[in-house]
Amino acid sequence: MSEHVMNLTDATFDEQIGAATGAVVVDFWAEWCGPCKMIAPILDEIAAENAGVTIAKLNIDENLDVTRRFDVMSIPTLIVFKDGQAVKRLVGAKPKGALVQELAEFL
Amino acid sequence: MTERRKVVIIGSGPAGLTAAIYTARAQLEPVIIEGEPSSTSDQPGGQLMLTTEVENFPGFPTGVTGPELMSQMREQALRFGANLVTAKVTKVDFSASPFAIHVGTNEPTYLADSVIVATGARSLMLGVPGEERLLGYGLSTCATCDGFFFRGHEIAVVGGGDSALEEAIFLTRFASKVHLLVRRDSLRASKIMQERALANEKIEVHWNTGVTEVIGESKVERLAIVDTQTGAEGILEVTGIFVAIGHVPNTDLFKGQLGLHDNGYIEMGVGSRTTVEGVFACGDVQDHVYRQAITSAGSGCMAAIDAERWLEGQGH
Repeated sequence: MSEHVMNLTDATFDEQIGAATGAVVVDFWAEWCGPCKMIAPILDEIAAENAGVTIAKLNIDENLDVTRRFDVMSIPTLIVFKDGQAVKRLVGAKPKGALVQELAEFL
Repeated sequence: MTERRKVVIIGSGPAGLTAAIYTARAQLEPVIIEGEPSSTSDQPGGQLMLTTEVENFPGFPTGVTGPELMSQMREQALRFGANLVTAKVTKVDFSASPFAIHVGTNEPTYLADSVIVATGARSLMLGVPGEERLLGYGLSTCATCDGFFFRGHEIAVVGGGDSALEEAIFLTRFASKVHLLVRRDSLRASKIMQERALANEKIEVHWNTGVTEVIGESKVERLAIVDTQTGAEGILEVTGIFVAIGHVPNTDLFKGQLGLHDNGYIEMGVGSRTTVEGVFACGDVQDHVYRQAITSAGSGCMAAIDAERWLEGQGH
């Protein structure tokens, strides 16, 4: 994981999302999910290339509370938070170009 | 800028990667255009990226997962110097040699003396109301990714082939009950898979059953079903639905370029030859009969050897 990427847990989620300035893209993922592994390096790149956005990761296996709270039913799911509110949701792996386009308003 | 190549391989399932290993070892410096990330089988590695245990690939006596097998094949191709490009081909022109291959550009990205087509096949969807809207919200194309979310739920798997049964059996690890919806009164799947599925007490088979609508406000709540014999309509209360009803070849790119059968599969000549000299095909894009990782890999090897000999014959 690159230095631009933040790690979230059930215990720290509210505090970290609440304290964040700017948009936070939360990547709901798991070790056993192939498509999640494919987009992980792409998200690292997006984080490194865009100082205004924070990429955060939440391992769904270890953090069921937050996963359930946001009704995540398919991974990878990306939820964008702004001022503590969920403002956009993307489901499924996508190529870098498509992800950057979907996230353009937050970058 | 256009790059000249001896061999360009389109696709990176077992067929494309085996062709890559062989052509790379033959010093043909192949470029493999492997596709782009997605949550469907249209991704680098292909259909195996969405499968769990592969128990019948020789050399793996205790089994191997689909993604693990593909990652090892990819690593093996890289070891011999294959160039993998994570992108999708947008257009080909096989009307003149060298063949033009476009990767999102107006000018050809590659001019290739020979091409190996290994674009595989993709899963069919149901095409019923609600399906597209609820994809990712209870309707899934990837049991290995999403089975986890249905712990203790009642869910449905649609289909009667090996992949449907494999998904159904895998999903019994999580679901309290799996309804297997089969359009006909028999299963297409292999004997061993049928025996396993029918013996699994969490799986209930609904014969002669079709799905007419996926219903739910913001996530799947139930399915509208129909008896394909009597036309009687019904409702099935499930919170998840996994679709595995068959495949179509990925040949849209080659319409008007290569001879195709009525069912869309590539028309083949001797060995791996297509109707265009210098263009070879392997794997599921030309095979609707066997469709196995091992037959795919085998045909990828054939395409590599055919391409190599053909290039030699042309004095390349």
